[in-house]
Amino acid sequence: MSSIEERVKKIVAEQLGVKEEDVKPEASFVEDLGADSLDTVELVMALEEEFETEIPDEEAEKITTVQLAIDYIKENLG
Amino acid sequence: MTLTTSLQDKVALVTGASRGIGAAIADTLGAMGATVIGTATSEAGAEKINARFAEKGVTGAGKVLDVTSADSLAALLESVKSEFGAPTILVNNAGITKDNLLMRMKDEEWASVIETNLSAVYRVTKACLRDMTKARWGRIVNISSVVGSMGNAGQSNYAATKAGVAGFARSLAAEVGSRGITVNTVAPGFIDTDMTKVLPEAQREALQSKIPLGRLGAPEEIASVVAFLASDAGGYVTGETIHVNGGMYMA
Repeated sequence: MSSIEERVKKIVAEQLGVKEEDVKPEASFVEDLGADSLDTVELVMALEEEFETEIPDEEAEKITTVQLAIDYIKENLG
Repeated sequence: MTLTTSLQDKVALVTGASRGIGAAIADTLGAMGATVIGTATSEAGAEKINARFAEKGVTGAGKVLDVTSADSLAALLESVKSEFGAPTILVNNAGITKDNLLMRMKDEEWASVIETNLSAVYRVTKACLRDMTKARWGRIVNISSVVGSMGNAGQSNYAATKAGVAGFARSLAAEVGSRGITVNTVAPGFIDTDMTKVLPEAQREALQSKIPLGRLGAPEEIASVVAFLASDAGGYVTGETIHVNGGMYMA
């Protein structure tokens, strides 16, 4: 099983159509990876599916970077 | 050139497909190669769809769906996805009328028409949208009515929902265009179905005299427009309301 970091990065790369090496922890989905509002909604849905969890809207809004996504998954699945 | 209208390998969901316009749409999409799930509110209606599909050689099934129930919808989509795959063509056709002059209209007459004709479009569309965005391809067609544009005494509830679905389609078209999903509205005029058979003879004649083509439309003439929008041939049309009414109302 790959680490949470790897799984999150893979989903971000797939969902936003960017290279995995560009998916750096500090990268912002909107500013660095070119996501629009629909992309970010789809990204959260893809994370929910991958990690079989539900991310409430108010939490989802705060997940704006790769690291914040990793942190959220770790905290809530740990 | 020739029109590319094959729907091979597509799964289509058509609500309210046991009779009238919905039945014609389901049969037409099926004839174009789609696997069609036609819904009805009762087991008997679903069986009727199954029998028709068998007779016409359409792949798919008739299923029970109460469009006003989230649970009924979830159960339907689960069974459709496991049996046929996720629908990427959705035709929101199911609709009801509860006509009354506004001054006499009961809250229930207002609410039930809004729930079935408008809220259900939100509900079913939302439930199908995720799989369309994943597929980067989708076709959503809402069946509206000429009444949504021109108005009709005694149908304030129905007209509100029919104008509503057109606005819904325009907004959603803007939201999901980047995912290869088109969202359109087809607004039939006076079509020969059970819904219009209940109109008093005098009203039918008055309506017919206002139609330049001089006749009622056939359900198949709505189905062919929906089929065009669902196919690759209609791929650059989105957010539109297409009026199909014999010239009765020209927008």
